Amino acid sequence: MSGSGEYFDEMHEADGTVRGAYDGYCQWFDEQENALLRRKHAEAETNFRKTGITFNVYGEDEAEERLIPFDMVPRVITAAEWRKLTRGIEQRVSALNAFMHDLYHRQEIIRAGRIPERLFRNNEAWLPNMVGFTPPGGVYTHIVGIDLVRTGPDEFYVLEDNARTPSGVSYMLENRETMMEMFPELFMRVPVEQVSDYPRRLAKSLAACAPACTKGKPTVAVLTPGIYNSAYFEHAFLADQMGAELVEGSDLRVIDGRVAMRTTSGYKPLDVIYRRVDDDFLDPLTFNEDSVLGVPGIMDVYRSGGVTIANAPGTGVCDDKAIYSFMPEIVEFYTGEKPLLPNVETHRCADEDVRAYVLDNLPELVVKEVHGSGGYGMLIGPTASKKEIEAFRKKIAAKPENYIAQPTLALSTCPIFTKKGLAPRHVDLRPFVLVSPDKIDITPGGLTRVALKKGSLVVNSSQGGGTKDTWVLKD
Amino acid sequence: MLGRTANGLFWMFRYLERAENTARLLDAGLRMALTRDLVTAEEEWRSVMSTAGQRAAYEAKHGTYTGMQAWNYILRDKENPSSVRAMFGAVRQNARLARNAISGELWEAINENWLEIEDQLARPVGENRVMDVVATIRRAGTMAHGAMEGSMLRDEGYHFGQAGTFLERGDSIARILDIKYYLLLPSLSYVGSSLDTGQWDQVLRSVSGDRAYRWLNAGQIDSRGICEFLILDDCFPRSLAFCHRELRDNLAALARLHGTEGECNALMRDADTRLSDLTIDDVFDQGLHEFLTGFMASNAAIGNAIATDYRFLA
Repeated sequence: MSGSGEYFDEMHEADGTVRGAYDGYCQWFDEQENALLRRKHAEAETNFRKTGITFNVYGEDEAEERLIPFDMVPRVITAAEWRKLTRGIEQRVSALNAFMHDLYHRQEIIRAGRIPERLFRNNEAWLPNMVGFTPPGGVYTHIVGIDLVRTGPDEFYVLEDNARTPSGVSYMLENRETMMEMFPELFMRVPVEQVSDYPRRLAKSLAACAPACTKGKPTVAVLTPGIYNSAYFEHAFLADQMGAELVEGSDLRVIDGRVAMRTTSGYKPLDVIYRRVDDDFLDPLTFNEDSVLGVPGIMDVYRSGGVTIANAPGTGVCDDKAIYSFMPEIVEFYTGEKPLLPNVETHRCADEDVRAYVLDNLPELVVKEVHGSGGYGMLIGPTASKKEIEAFRKKIAAKPENYIAQPTLALSTCPIFTKKGLAPRHVDLRPFVLVSPDKIDITPGGLTRVALKKGSLVVNSSQGGGTKDTWVLKD
Repeated sequence: MLGRTANGLFWMFRYLERAENTARLLDAGLRMALTRDLVTAEEEWRSVMSTAGQRAAYEAKHGTYTGMQAWNYILRDKENPSSVRAMFGAVRQNARLARNAISGELWEAINENWLEIEDQLARPVGENRVMDVVATIRRAGTMAHGAMEGSMLRDEGYHFGQAGTFLERGDSIARILDIKYYLLLPSLSYVGSSLDTGQWDQVLRSVSGDRAYRWLNAGQIDSRGICEFLILDDCFPRSLAFCHRELRDNLAALARLHGTEGECNALMRDADTRLSDLTIDDVFDQGLHEFLTGFMASNAAIGNAIATDYRFLA
C-alpha cells in the first residue's frame, strides 16, 4: 500500500516507503499473522462491551448503548512534531483564557476594533452573569480539547476549539489500555509517552483552581446529568479515576453560602465542581427554570467565591464558529505573537461579498452552523446532492450570520485495519489540555478520530466515526 | 459516600438477591414439575407463581397454567415489572449509578452477566433451555458476590451492599415459608402434623437447603425440622437467623464507620432481642404465620430506617 498522493498519508511517503515515525510499528506489524490480528480485533470489541465502555444514543424509547468502533492501528506522532504542536496549543489556550477575561471585563479587543461587538451580542453562550466577575485563579476554560487536522508533513490546522465541555478523554485512556493488553510486546519495542496519568493531572489541575475559602485538601466532584447522558460512562470513569465523587444536581444543595453534597453522614461542602452539565441547566434560579439537572442558587455561591466551576459558565462563547474565524486576531492581540497553529481559512457568510462567493462555490465548500456541533447541520459540498446544496443556499440566504464556510480540507489519512489488511482513512486529532492558574498541561497523546467509511471526511462518533490510540513517541 | 450512591448499592444487591431467589424458586418448580408433567403440572406452577408474589398479575394475563407460559412470564414477560429480566436490568442500572463506588471486577461481573442474561432472554425460553437460563441467573449472583468478596474495600459501600443482600434474603425466605404454610396446611390444626414431604422438599430446594438439611437430619423430612432449620439454624446461609446476624453485623459496621448509631441500629437491637433464645416451640406457640408476619414487618422497618439514617433520598 502506498500514499495516494492526493492526501497526506501519515504512515507512508509518496513513494510507498514507511515514514520514520511508523518504523517500529510497521516492523512489528509485518511479523504478525493476519488471522491473529483479526482475532485480537474481535477480542477488543468484546472487551469494550464487557467493561461497559459505551456511549448512549438517544432513541424514542430508552437510550441505546453503543460502542465507538475501535481501530487497532495507532496514529503516531514524533516527539519533534509534538513539541511544535504543544507550543501552538499553549499559545492558543492562553489566548482563549485572556480573551474570555477581557470579554467579560473591559472588552479591550472590541474597543481596539479587532473583533466586532455583534460577535458576542449574538452569541447564545454569552452570559451576562459573568460580566465583571473573575473565576478563582482567573481560569475560564480548565479543560480544553483542540481539534486539529493535518494536511502535510509540517501542516497542522486547528479545526475547532472545544472550550466548553470537551469529551472523549476516556476513549484516549481506554484505547491505550486496550492496546497494551492486546499487544504488550509492541510497547516494549516502541517507546511511547504515557497517557495513563491524565486523571491524576486532571485532579491536580482542578485542585489548583480551588476557591480561597477551601479548608485543607480541596474536595472535587464531577457533576453529571445522569446515567442517560451520552457521556455518562466518561463522567463515571473520570470520577472513579480521580477518586472524586460523581454527583447529580439532586445530590447538591446550597447551605451557608457553599455548595454541599448529601453524603450518608450529612451535607459536606464541595470546593471544585467539574461539571458536565450545560450552562443552561446549571442553576434553575438563574437559567432554565425547568431544569432538574442543576443546583438552585449555585451561581450566587459561585459569584461570591464559594465554589469553583470548571469549566466556567459562559465559556461556550469560544466554541462558536464565528469566534473561531477571528482566532488569528485574538491570538495576536493577547500574546503579541503570530499564531503558531493556523486556522482553516474561514468565510463568514454575514459579510455580503463573502456570502456571494460562498453561494457561488457551494459544491466545493464545507458549510457549518455557527453554533452547531458534533457534525450536525453541516453541508459537505463535494459529496452533497444538488437538493442538499439548494437547501443550504436557502438557509444561508435567510440567516447568513448563522453560517461559515471553509474549503474542503485534504485531511491526512492513517491506515485502519480491515478484513483485507490496511486501508487509508481520514483522521483528525483532539489533544486534551488542562489549565490551572500557573500551568498549561497537555497530555502527550489525545483522541484520534477516524472516518471508517472509505473516502468520508466526517469523523464524529455520532456520524459513525471510530477512534484509534494516539502515540507520541519519546525522543 | 453520597446518599444516592449508598441507595444504589443497597438496591443493586436487593434486586440481585431477588433475581437469584426467583431463579431458585423456578428451579424448585421445574424439578417438581419433572416428576409430573413438565409442561402442564398446573398445581406446581400456581404454587410457584404465588410464592413469587406474581399470581394475581399472571392470572390477569393468562387464564391457564402451563409450564412454558409460566416460566416465560416470570423470566422475561415485558408486561411483568418483576420479571427476572427487569430485575437484572435494575441491578445493572444501580451498578451504573454506583459505578465509582464498586470495584471494576464487580462491575464487570454484573455487566457480563447482564449481557448474557439479556441474550438468553431475548427470545422465548423453551423446555430445552430453561434449566440453562436458571443456572445462568444463579451463577450471576454467585459471581457478583465472589467479585465483591475478593475485590471490594470493606468501606461503607460494601456494608450497604451486604445489608441489601441480607435484608432481601431474609424477607424472601420468610415469604416462602409463609406462603407454604397457607398452601400446604388444610387447616390450622394441622400445624406440626405430618405433611406431604414432597412439597416440603420443594421449599428446601427453593432455598438450596435440601442437601444441608438432609445432612444435618439424616434424611428425616418433617415440617417442624424444616421450619427450625430455615428459621433458627444460623450456620445455614439462607436461614432467617443467619440473614439477621449478617444484617446486624453490617449495620454495626456502618454505625462504627459513621461514628454514630441511627434508628436502624435501635430497631435491629429490638429484633435481635426477639429472635435470640427463641425455640421452634415458641414459634409454633405464637403461630408460624404471626411470627413470620412480625419478622417481615420488622425487616421492612429496618430497611426504611437505613434509608432515612443514611440519607438515601433528598
